[in-house]
Amino acid sequence: MTPDPWAIEASGLGRRYGRRWALADVSLAVRRGVRLMVTGRNGSGKSTLLRVLATAARADRGTARVAGYDIRAARDEVRRRVALLDHRSGLYDALSARENLHVSATFLGAEAARRVPGLLCTVGLAERADDPVSAYSAGMRKRLSLARALLQEAEVYLLDEPYGELDPPGFRLLDAALDDLKEKGATVLLASHLLERGRERCDEAIVLDEGRLAWSGPAADLREAGAPA
Amino acid sequence: MSPLRAALRKDLLLHWRTRAQVVAVYGFGASALLLFSFAVGPSAGVLREHAAGFLWLGLLLSSTLTLAESFHAEAEHRALEGLLLLPVSPRALYYAKALANALALAALGAGLVPVMVILYDAATPRIPALLGIILLGSAGLSAPGTLYAAMTSQARARQTLLPLLLFPLVVPVLLAAVKGTALLIHGDPMGQLRSWALLLVCFNVIHWSLCGLLFERVVED
Repeated sequence: MTPDPWAIEASGLGRRYGRRWALADVSLAVRRGVRLMVTGRNGSGKSTLLRVLATAARADRGTARVAGYDIRAARDEVRRRVALLDHRSGLYDALSARENLHVSATFLGAEAARRVPGLLCTVGLAERADDPVSAYSAGMRKRLSLARALLQEAEVYLLDEPYGELDPPGFRLLDAALDDLKEKGATVLLASHLLERGRERCDEAIVLDEGRLAWSGPAADLREAGAPA
Repeated sequence: MSPLRAALRKDLLLHWRTRAQVVAVYGFGASALLLFSFAVGPSAGVLREHAAGFLWLGLLLSSTLTLAESFHAEAEHRALEGLLLLPVSPRALYYAKALANALALAALGAGLVPVMVILYDAATPRIPALLGIILLGSAGLSAPGTLYAAMTSQARARQTLLPLLLFPLVVPVLLAAVKGTALLIHGDPMGQLRSWALLLVCFNVIHWSLCGLLFERVVED
């Protein structure tokens, strides 16, 4: 049987907060192994799209399949195959970086637990691994959140503003992580305002405007205004 | 490690790391017991008569702080959501949290017993039985309290909402726990303690079963 070539297939996806549609009628298809940049103005629905695809938020209308599974009917299967880097850290302030990663690793299995020390080195937090997260700067939290997302051997990575709060070495670290994911054949959705970065690191791009898909095409065709070149 | 054990380990670690908060809650509970004694007056007989009720009221008031705090850490940076997106049953996360809260409340209750003895002269030689009633009562508060703390953790008026929702629901647990404790302090010539303890067990079975089933609906979007 030919494997499903699509990592993400969404049709008419919508999500409402109160009376406002944060995401309205978004349809997209992303091939496996593709790095897709999701961009648009503040409040255009980027985070909502990623959260709906990760099953962290319910879709109020439309359908989507992620890694071959329906986000409503097979939520647990989707969650096994998707890693979300949210703009909120998802960390416990009272625990150390190592403990935070071990909390997640215990639910992911022994292999994930073995990868914790290596990931702490990868994100440059090995020396401060036993400090409580409450003592971390915003950039260090972002690095730890990234390590937490990478702990999952996922098929699809949904990264919401991954460059936010990172310093230049952090940018390089994230670029290397994205290249590594590309080599592994993982699909990446990267929500960001950094168009230059997106052009360099992503294959395709979509632009959202007021919750709707305003443009889609090769990432190289994006221009600074967020619209096609 | 099973998901329940892993989650319980995490919750107990969080309680340990925020132990300054535990000490503050203990101080609040002890202060409440002291204030009850002022409210009733200096009559030693009256104080002793109502000691069990005061102990459980002190524990109930303190429990809202412990329960709310236990979900503050989960909601602050969407940590619980992060765990829910992993391959783990929400029920395991609930039972671990409720169990950790029950242990924390039982420790708090046990810690308030010496304060009760000193302030109200309400001692009992049946310490293991008293600890058993405290453990059952704490579990009875923790099961619905953990569910409601999860429900209200994102609400603006969570400090008000939690007791408003919790207190009416735990009245039967409170009654049984107070009766059981009072029998231990004042004596149990009719052998009623067993019945009240059994009633506490029944409430616990109902609360722990129902709340475990409802938790997923509460925390999922």
